Amino acid sequence: MEIPYNSKPRPDTGLYNAKVGIWLFLASEVMLFGALFSSYIMLRIGAPEGTWPAPGSLLDPIPGAFNTVVLILSSVTVVLAWASLKFKNFKQYRFFQTITIVCALIFMVVKTFEYKDKFSHYEVVLNDEAPHYEGSMPSKGGRFIGKTIVDGHMVSQTEEEVALSVHVHHGHDGHAEHGPHEEHGDHADHADDAHAGHDHDDHASHEGHEEVIEVTVKKEDILHMEAYGPWHSTYLAIYFTMTGLHALHVVGGAFVIFYILVPGAGMWKTDPERYINRVEVSGLFWHLVDLVWIFLFPILYLL
Amino acid sequence: MAGDAKDFKTYVRPYLMVFGVLLLGTFITVAASWFDFDHMLGTTWVNMALGLLIALTKATCVILWFMHLISEKQLIYLMLGFTCFFFAGLMTLTVWAMQDFPSFTTVVGLH
Repeated sequence: MEIPYNSKPRPDTGLYNAKVGIWLFLASEVMLFGALFSSYIMLRIGAPEGTWPAPGSLLDPIPGAFNTVVLILSSVTVVLAWASLKFKNFKQYRFFQTITIVCALIFMVVKTFEYKDKFSHYEVVLNDEAPHYEGSMPSKGGRFIGKTIVDGHMVSQTEEEVALSVHVHHGHDGHAEHGPHEEHGDHADHADDAHAGHDHDDHASHEGHEEVIEVTVKKEDILHMEAYGPWHSTYLAIYFTMTGLHALHVVGGAFVIFYILVPGAGMWKTDPERYINRVEVSGLFWHLVDLVWIFLFPILYLL
Repeated sequence: MAGDAKDFKTYVRPYLMVFGVLLLGTFITVAASWFDFDHMLGTTWVNMALGLLIALTKATCVILWFMHLISEKQLIYLMLGFTCFFFAGLMTLTVWAMQDFPSFTTVVGLH
């Protein structure tokens, strides 16, 4: 049985089947991400004062901005690929869609590095005073009071000790200030205050007024140690949820584009009109992926 | 063939212009985040509003030109009309709920 309006548009609506299907699907996607955006609003407005990280303090905006440009470029190449097919230029279409897939790969590589950075970034609370914390357990939103906190990236870990590389900013007068990784918290003490009681090596990069030092902490001195994963705070929970779901869409979209480009390319010879429709429909999905990122980037990285 | 190439360039010119606008929008978004307008103006919403306004402008460009909604069929507009209605409802209820504390509850942790 032949399904009608697979490639030719239906006369009364002017639309072929897949076009109606993809727009209904995109409508459901808007509501899916809408629910997450509304969750973000609730979490942000409801966050106790000082607990939401300052813009740019936890996430570096540069990789985020780079990924934005990559996705915008891929959106253009998708639409140029579709236009190439309209002009019956399959070779040019193949060129543009290859760039789209490369852009998707670049996006995912950058995202992987960003995730890896957060999973190796630790907040180590030292047991240097009587244990006391405010509210519930730190992992549930409470916070330690009067504790020294070493905040940095894990360098090495043995059974006895943990080594972290810590960014320290020096002011014009030479005194240490809280670095970018120390600004987000509202803790009493930070890494640069912790050095006196622990081994540390001044080494490597002196970048302007920023210094990276290695802090070694004995495990017996650690009260609590936690990576900046989704469990660390509501901000990171919503960050990983939203960007993780978006990344799944990038992978899915790239897979569909690849399928149409390579294994499904035979249809260009047998039914070119339907093939162009497929490319248009996959392109519409890809634009939604770009659209979601256009909002994710400023709210998670900059604002 | 040369005519085709020329026609193609004319056909895709709007897309390339939108590409330029999107790149510019991204640059402005990042540049605007370097300035703390809220601190300068004594407000709490200017930075957020500016960032969202630029994002909204970029999104509109993508929707209208890349997704061809500038010249789409009536049925698609109807479907998206429903989507916009429910999306707006979702956001309105979210913001509304923020102020809606039952009188017998005690709010902990908010200052």
